[in-house]
Amino acid sequence: MIAHAIFFYTFSIIAVVSAIMVTASKNTVHSVFFLILDFISISCLFIMIGAEFLGMIMLIVYVGAVAVLFLFVVMMLNVAQQKNQWFAGQATSKHIPVGLIISTLIFFEIIIVIGGWKYKPEIFDINNSLANTSVSNTHSLGQILYTDYIHVFQISGMILLVAMVGAIVLTFRQRSGLKRQSYIKQISRERTEGVEVLEVQSNKGVKIDD
Amino acid sequence: MIDIGLGHYLTLGAVIFSIGVIGIFLNRKNIIVILMSIELILLAVNINLVAFSIYLGDLAGQVFTLFILTVAAAEAAIGLAIIVVYFRNSGTIRVEEIDKLKG
Repeated sequence: MIAHAIFFYTFSIIAVVSAIMVTASKNTVHSVFFLILDFISISCLFIMIGAEFLGMIMLIVYVGAVAVLFLFVVMMLNVAQQKNQWFAGQATSKHIPVGLIISTLIFFEIIIVIGGWKYKPEIFDINNSLANTSVSNTHSLGQILYTDYIHVFQISGMILLVAMVGAIVLTFRQRSGLKRQSYIKQISRERTEGVEVLEVQSNKGVKIDD
Repeated sequence: MIDIGLGHYLTLGAVIFSIGVIGIFLNRKNIIVILMSIELILLAVNINLVAFSIYLGDLAGQVFTLFILTVAAAEAAIGLAIIVVYFRNSGTIRVEEIDKLKG
């Protein structure tokens, strides 16, 4: 129990501090690195609490794909150097107190909900069958993911497909002036348009027009 | 304090959610940080779902966390593609200079 507490506080403090640094860091590349640290510590929490599959998927999907995608875009757009102001822009910024007030209101609303919510005593006994089985977390997750939630699973696959097509269509552009290989033109080339036999006079040379 | 329960995880989710909301409200720098704040908010939602799923012994929360992960990845890809196209067209992604819609 004490080890659980120690690990929980370690990972959650790291997660909260790196989340603060994501929003407060002046360099965008540093923000991406803190985002990666945040995801790693949260996935450690998931593994510790017993959701191993989700923790590992979190590592693979977020750290391996999404964060690297962010890093690529930040480096490609060269916006890492916009570090002159922190939050404030050129205009007089009245948005900072309003934003802080609204954010703290949201935080305290959630805290009030958590603190005031009484657990129903019988709610822990309702669905205990899945947790008590001897199979692992990944096994039991697969057992219900491919049976009860198969339609939602396929719809999420469609969402990923649509996102992929959308991203490709958005960033695709036809560039002019590119030299491309055309097999039809290469194959249908005749001797008459490729080679020309000339009578070369001595000491004159041949004028090639291209 | 030592006995870690459901409330601890929910509080952690609330803190990270609020930090994400603060990051959206207060950012004037560039729009990529706003996308990262949205990722933080989705992460806080995932923490809540997984904590409830573990403490109630019901696996539906973890299944829905998987779907939220999917949607978050799709949203990041589309958002970053839109940002790349906008940067190519207008040359800036500073939040205060994106005012084409006069909002």
